[in-house]
Amino acid sequence: MFGKLNWSAIPFSQPIPIVTSIVLMLIIIGLLGLITVKGWWPYLWREWITSVDHKRVGIMYCLLGVVMLIRGFADAIMMRTQQAVAIHAPGYLPPEHYDQIFSAHGTIMIFFAAMPLVIGFMNFVTPLQLGVRDVAFPTLNSVSFWLTASGALLVNISLFIGEFARTGWLPYPPLSETAYSPGVGVDYYLWAVQISGVGTLMTGINFVTTVLKMRCPGMSLFRMPMFCWTTLAASLLIVAVFPILTATLAMLSLDRIFGWHYFTSGAGGNPMMFMNLIWAWGHPEVYILVLPAFGIFSEVFSTFSGKPLFGYRSMVAATLFICIVAMMTWLHHFFTMGSGPAVNTAFGISTSIIAVGTGVKIYNWIFTMYGGRVRLSVPMLWSLGFIFTFVIGGMTGVLLAVPPADFLVHNSMFLVAHFHNVIVGGVVFGLFAGLDYWFPKAFGFRLHEGWGKAAFWFSIVGFWVTFAPLYILGLYGMTRRLQHINMESWAPLLWLSEAGIVILILGAASQVTMLVVSILDRDKLRDTSGDPWDGRSLEWATPSPPPFFNFAVLPDVEGEEAYWGVKLKAIESQQLAPEPQYAAIEMPVNSPVGFFTAAFASVTGFALIWHIWWLAGLGLVAAFAGFVVFAWRDVHEFHVPAEEVAEAERRRRAAREALLEKLAAEGALS
Amino acid sequence: MSDSSLPAAVAALRRLREDPHRLGHSGHGEGPAEGIGSGGTGPATKRVIVGYGFWLFLLSDIVMFACFFATFAVQRGATAGGPGLPQIVEVPRVAWETAALLLSSYTCGLSFAATNARSLLWTQVFLLITGLLGLAFVGMELQEFLSLFARGITPQRSGMLSAFFGLVGLHGLHVTLAGLWLLTMMAQVQVKGFRREIVHRLICFNLFWHALDIVWIGVFTIVYLMGSRA
Repeated sequence: MFGKLNWSAIPFSQPIPIVTSIVLMLIIIGLLGLITVKGWWPYLWREWITSVDHKRVGIMYCLLGVVMLIRGFADAIMMRTQQAVAIHAPGYLPPEHYDQIFSAHGTIMIFFAAMPLVIGFMNFVTPLQLGVRDVAFPTLNSVSFWLTASGALLVNISLFIGEFARTGWLPYPPLSETAYSPGVGVDYYLWAVQISGVGTLMTGINFVTTVLKMRCPGMSLFRMPMFCWTTLAASLLIVAVFPILTATLAMLSLDRIFGWHYFTSGAGGNPMMFMNLIWAWGHPEVYILVLPAFGIFSEVFSTFSGKPLFGYRSMVAATLFICIVAMMTWLHHFFTMGSGPAVNTAFGISTSIIAVGTGVKIYNWIFTMYGGRVRLSVPMLWSLGFIFTFVIGGMTGVLLAVPPADFLVHNSMFLVAHFHNVIVGGVVFGLFAGLDYWFPKAFGFRLHEGWGKAAFWFSIVGFWVTFAPLYILGLYGMTRRLQHINMESWAPLLWLSEAGIVILILGAASQVTMLVVSILDRDKLRDTSGDPWDGRSLEWATPSPPPFFNFAVLPDVEGEEAYWGVKLKAIESQQLAPEPQYAAIEMPVNSPVGFFTAAFASVTGFALIWHIWWLAGLGLVAAFAGFVVFAWRDVHEFHVPAEEVAEAERRRRAAREALLEKLAAEGALS
Repeated sequence: MSDSSLPAAVAALRRLREDPHRLGHSGHGEGPAEGIGSGGTGPATKRVIVGYGFWLFLLSDIVMFACFFATFAVQRGATAGGPGLPQIVEVPRVAWETAALLLSSYTCGLSFAATNARSLLWTQVFLLITGLLGLAFVGMELQEFLSLFARGITPQRSGMLSAFFGLVGLHGLHVTLAGLWLLTMMAQVQVKGFRREIVHRLICFNLFWHALDIVWIGVFTIVYLMGSRA
């Protein structure tokens, strides 16, 4: 009846997961209770859960990403603490639990923290910057989000029911085959990632179409802000490589469920085929994460230096160069496989060459600051911290790209330090810069500057204190994923790393404090003008927060930095552009299809993990029925009357006029 | 100067007033650069957007097939002492399958010609024929699989057979799902007529059906024709 599922699946004997999941469940029940008591359900259902507005979907993506970032960070704290105490000692985590933690840490951080945050920014920002009202396929967008949430849900369920994978964030066979991992851990991994991967693939299709086919009049490709270019490059990579992930995970699932022999160690299976396939997805994946972060930095450097981005066209070229070469470097993840010197050399060279594209970008950002009036606001601090941190991470990467050197530090803590150096220094710093930069646009008030700066300084110092010792430990020969350590001499460095994580905890606490303080002080931090940072692209032409239709009239772009030119003209002439004719606007209607699809996907995924076949079949039938019902709908769009558009637009114009008057009163230009 | 007073914009305008030609700053001045291209006339039509997005999906789907093709290429010799490709390939049967599928692509094209002429009857007739040919294809493939199973040739036997059943089965699964889609399309056309979004969906369905044909040409050649003389 219930497949492999029975009461022994719940880890009553292990205090850490059971207590954590009980606390989590109490929090969730408390939240649900609060929402019910306050009567917020209709609002949440109408305005968020069924919303197809790209801004709402983007904010929900970011919220999911932040929650999972905290979960992944908790795993990181546990791992570092285990290694700090388990020196000639068992530590406090038994091996089977420790292995689940490092697997969950990587899986959560990449798939359910970094990806949702990156896609959240793509969602929120790209249509605004392109001067349009929504993405190409708004309902599909909502489906994508809910499928990602469904994957995150399955990962979290594994804490309480069953177990998570013990195989690392990429389940290498033959270890991940049924013979060596008979439990449900790997299955949780497979279905959680498979379901969210389908969502990500649809996001990629959506955003390539949006950027290439949905730009406002006059917005040629070479007038797009840099962030839109990086969105395009990341989305192209998603369309090109996420199908590989889908195929690879499907093959491993066939091996595990039906006893096929794609990757088994016997009967003609080929484990190395898995390494090749998974990294053919996995290496482009890190560029899917970091390219949008590069886009965020480009916006921040230009805005806070008060200058156009230096070398815009070379930046575009570098982005597309990285986009293509990203797919030609995957083999450097297993130089030690023994492909021979010719193959290793080719991939060593391609790996070194991709650093050239990144180097172009670094110089462009530095030259953007040169001669500008740099304002050291919080987003700018993160960006400066990024240049410092990322360059060092990049250089250790070039070192690893040399096959003979790689043989010495392969699978060591040096590697762990390297990829945290580029992913934390590149992606996470970029996401924090973006959070601070676009928060006022999303919610109408700024984040508290003091706490933001505290968060930055704790984070960058904490990062280096945590990871610099790991580089050294790697050179000493410490391999990754050790549950206990038998080398007395490594203890001081491991303790130093533990001290670093304490500083990082202070950084995270500062971020939370910043959010709380800002929400309490929101009236003081209110952004009335819609242009809090003196921005240059079209999102700053809208009020904060923007109306659901973004633009009353689609902008007509006349050059690079679409909003900057309009703004200079308005200040110079002391008046706004003449008021346009307002017309009714067509907007897509809300749809619960995303929520229901994800609900069916979660049920089906859970059923497949536990081999509850009838439930899996039921879930698939329900999903097909949902598809038919959705296809049958008659109303796709609703009209926003011209008066409503005009009213919103006049409020926006009044705010801009007030800004102009304020400038005149200050005598800024006299 | 307070933050909300646009410090960068004011500074830029001041510099422009003091030095309107920005001598020595050419190409990197303060005035907005025009950029390349005119940017056209704004967002494309729904039909273009839907078609474009669906093409992207087809490309991604073909990447997924490419993975299964690559796996097959790697494992085609990995028989683990079991039967090899020549023992399992029956070219005559597959020739009939191919004929059915290629003919269905032709009738699918005819159905869209009827859609363009807004003929409900002929659209339905040709969609029905397309569906029946697809059913014949899937039926013959199923029969092939069952007869192989009866001879003890299953995907659990060897890596080569896993890759064989995986690739051929993935294509068969696609045709089956496309058949379900075809049924819902016939129902939609019947009930709702040639409304804009229905026609868009018919375009997408046609693209999908033809793409499955193209993939089958690859399967037929690489698995069956090349396999029969391996």
